[in-house]
Amino acid sequence: MKDQDHDKLKKGFQGVYRILILACVVVALFSVAMVYLLGNPDLSLFQGSKPDTEVVAVGADDDDFDKVENGIHVRTGFIDAPGMMETVQNCTNCHSAKLVMQNRMNKERWKATIKWMQETQNLWDLGKNEDIIIDYLVTNYPPKKKGRREALTNIEWYELKD
Amino acid sequence: MQRRKFIKGATLASFAGVIGAEIVYGLKMPSGYVPLALQEPDPFKMFDKNTEMVVLNDKPWNMEARAHLLDDKVTPNEAIFIRNNGLVPEGIDAANWTLTIDGESVRQEKTYTLEELKSKFKHHTYQLTLECGGNGRSEFDPPAKGNQWTVGAVYCAEWTGVRLRDVLEDVGIKDDAVYFGYHAADIHLSRDPKKEPISRGAPMAKAMQDETLLAFKMNGKDIPLVHGYPLRVIAGGWPASVSGKWLQRISIRNIVHDGTKMTGSAYRVPCKPVAPGEKVADEDMCIIESMPVKSLITYPKSGATLAKGKKLAIRGHAWAGELEVAKMEYSIDFGATWKTCKLEKPVNRLAWQHFSAEVDFPQEGYYEVWAKATDSKGVSQPMLLPGWNPKGYLNNACHRIAVKIV
Repeated sequence: MKDQDHDKLKKGFQGVYRILILACVVVALFSVAMVYLLGNPDLSLFQGSKPDTEVVAVGADDDDFDKVENGIHVRTGFIDAPGMMETVQNCTNCHSAKLVMQNRMNKERWKATIKWMQETQNLWDLGKNEDIIIDYLVTNYPPKKKGRREALTNIEWYELKD
Repeated sequence: MQRRKFIKGATLASFAGVIGAEIVYGLKMPSGYVPLALQEPDPFKMFDKNTEMVVLNDKPWNMEARAHLLDDKVTPNEAIFIRNNGLVPEGIDAANWTLTIDGESVRQEKTYTLEELKSKFKHHTYQLTLECGGNGRSEFDPPAKGNQWTVGAVYCAEWTGVRLRDVLEDVGIKDDAVYFGYHAADIHLSRDPKKEPISRGAPMAKAMQDETLLAFKMNGKDIPLVHGYPLRVIAGGWPASVSGKWLQRISIRNIVHDGTKMTGSAYRVPCKPVAPGEKVADEDMCIIESMPVKSLITYPKSGATLAKGKKLAIRGHAWAGELEVAKMEYSIDFGATWKTCKLEKPVNRLAWQHFSAEVDFPQEGYYEVWAKATDSKGVSQPMLLPGWNPKGYLNNACHRIAVKIV
């Protein structure tokens, strides 16, 4: 092979090498930009002042997502007691905790209700959690006796004006 | 789950995807702002409801009125209860909305656009009483499963639409038609597209009544989204679940419609009376048709105190499913004696009727004013809970308010 040809080839390789480095740099810069966008999609860091509109915070902070206050699980309203998290995790995906709490049933009727939800409502097999959840519900939300008609309660008295 | 990060990482496009509509002025949204539809929502603002309404459930949304909120003769949207079995449909396109009539008993399947329905058939307007079959469920003992409605799952709004009968006559119905069943755009709680949250109906005789409408207006305006925009069935006097919302399809069946919540214990009561708590086999349960006679004192709000010697003006509404209310009475001595109220005729069949009375109290003390309606067949409201049933339907026990004379 002649020296001239060798030089030519060397130059060619250098050219390819430069393009390759440039491409890598572009890809790297693009990746950094994309990662940044994922974390800050509206480019708010580039905006000078904060908008004077009130910012509405949504949900709880990561660390207090399952915060309990005065014995109540803040996010769902469930009473904090053994079995609560199993109940939250299995019973609040499709419907809200409000529907669970307002229904007062014994063990047998909860079992039947769970079976009905599994047969018709796409509820999964609860495994060992089933007994834990039912115990939690019958202990903390027991049926109460109402008789054939209850007395009026929680009357908010007020003066009736003409 | 790290919810905040998820939301923060979301883009305008993904917000729009979830809401099902483009966010106009989206670029002007302040950073960190989450569109209303995705926030822990304020249901009173979202559904335009009175803030004294009571939320029973937020997934699915269920909300009821309190008696005093229902004082208007024609119930305004702000006091109308919300009953959902599934999730409110997303991205409704009224301009391209269609209604298909199909089933074993149609001569041929036919599809109408919403505009065709409105232009092709005569419009009718009626005031129609809709009451949830489970209104009053909270009083049953042993407790019955489901949303624990007290008294406020009832209202009477003014509906405008076309008669279901006119549309069915245009389609052509075979002689073997037994039942109509509706299919709608709402979404099952599990988000399984193969499941319908609810698909109920009524016998053909109900379908053919003058007052059974395919409605597109409530109280003179487009139906609010949560109440079935842009098209729904209205079958007054029957459990409100017969009046399917977000209507897309009606099947004319040659059997009793067997859609979701037509079978098992849903909207059914024991065919023969049972003891409280008794187990009832599915085949011994009968579908609820007309709702029973009932009334509500809407003024004053329970808890009124007034001076001795003053008369108390009470008023409210009474209804009786397919029938009319013939007599309205009140008692201030727990039913020992009854006095007659003034009772108006309904403005049209299946509209609730208005009653009023001037009440005298003999001396200072605690009173309850009880109201009792009697229907045109002589059947009255019970003072105690009516027959127990597994799902706690049809509680038409007398309504009462507390009054103190000082």
